[in-house]
Amino acid sequence: MAFISRGFKRRTSEPGQEGRVPPGQHLTADFPVLSAGPTPHRQLADWSLSIRGEIDDPLDWTWDEFQALPRERITKDIHCVTTWSKLDTEWEGVSVDTLLDGVETTAEFVVAYCDGGYTTNLPLADVTGGKAWIAFGYGGEPLAPEHGGPARLLVPHLYFWKSAKWVRGLRLLQEDEPGFWEGYGYHNYGDPWLEQRYSGD
Amino acid sequence: MARAALQRRLSWQLAEVVESIDETPRVRSIVLSAPDWQGHRAGQHVDVRLTAEDGYQAQRSYSIASAPDDHKLVLTVERLDDGEVSPYLVDELRPGDKLELRGPIGGYFAWDADTGGPLLLVGGGSGIVPLMSILRQRIASGSAAAVRLLASWRTSGDIIYATELERCAAVDGVEIVHTLTRESPAGWGGRIGRIDQAMLADVAWPAQTRGLSFVCGPTGLVEAVAAGLVGLGHEPGQIKTERFGPTGG
Repeated sequence: MAFISRGFKRRTSEPGQEGRVPPGQHLTADFPVLSAGPTPHRQLADWSLSIRGEIDDPLDWTWDEFQALPRERITKDIHCVTTWSKLDTEWEGVSVDTLLDGVETTAEFVVAYCDGGYTTNLPLADVTGGKAWIAFGYGGEPLAPEHGGPARLLVPHLYFWKSAKWVRGLRLLQEDEPGFWEGYGYHNYGDPWLEQRYSGD
Repeated sequence: MARAALQRRLSWQLAEVVESIDETPRVRSIVLSAPDWQGHRAGQHVDVRLTAEDGYQAQRSYSIASAPDDHKLVLTVERLDDGEVSPYLVDELRPGDKLELRGPIGGYFAWDADTGGPLLLVGGGSGIVPLMSILRQRIASGSAAAVRLLASWRTSGDIIYATELERCAAVDGVEIVHTLTRESPAGWGGRIGRIDQAMLADVAWPAQTRGLSFVCGPTGLVEAVAAGLVGLGHEPGQIKTERFGPTGG
């Protein structure tokens, strides 16, 4: 890197975190909120979760049915494209593997869809194999609405816009289909370790 | 992937600081000469990257304050005392220095003159920056869109762009309302207190105008304003939000 910012010095040291903070990221202790519109406030009685698309028999769960599924506690580092990372965040949720258990599909991609109209796309392989959850708890409490409650997708190995808030379902697709931010120039895949922030990165 | 390949790659480019303007004791506007800049839409932001002599790098996002039609690129930055990038930009960077950036980024929280109005712009503190780009573009483009800006500040001394906003308020179709949350100075002609639904009922366009609202500021303000507008009957899809918090660093 030829260019040096005159007079700029590292101001924070993050000892012991080498290897946990991806390039271009910095640690934050709080939990910033980023969303493109108003926070939806969905009543649990009106909430459902669905699997649609390339599936013979579409699946639906009411909140109570969803809550009766096997749940997992998950502790993961998360990385937002706006450059903050947060280590050891504690979640509770249902693995996407549990939702897709026994499902036969030719799909290779999914689009998560949400209250408020938000969408994001991922390869199916990135939400299966113990890599993604529908999370409803954070830090031992119900997930707050501004953080995506009652439930959000949690895909911690990708930039956090892929962890769609207020998720209501997954659409199984044979062809990839850009989601909301992906259509505004953000990277289609979003690997924080490869700094895939924007299209072309 | 074909679609992605059609999009222009956002390359890092060097801009030169040509002017530095003290807006308040904590806030500075940085006027840049950016020869490779391809233009932007009002409301978009850039990523700024700093590199230390030992190779250490830090990057953050900053909203663009200038209008697309201004033909200059201006960032307005608030110093966050525990931050790493903003103290450098506010206190250290001076005319003649170069700054590495890439953009424009975003595109949802953005306004074009042909989108029209009416427009409601609600900002808290330095959350006014992308709204200022929209207001400046509204005026520079000669758009007739009616626009109301409601800006929340702790004290009157925290008001960014105070003099320019006074001039903007004299433009036909432009209304500027300030509210102060921690001070009630003698002779103050604006509002007092945090923005709540009652204040929005006075200041916002009636929901039936189907106006577009842009809200930017700390999470508490954004949540309260967005919920307040929804409570007044505004369509959620007509309310665009962006957060400006301490983690801007």
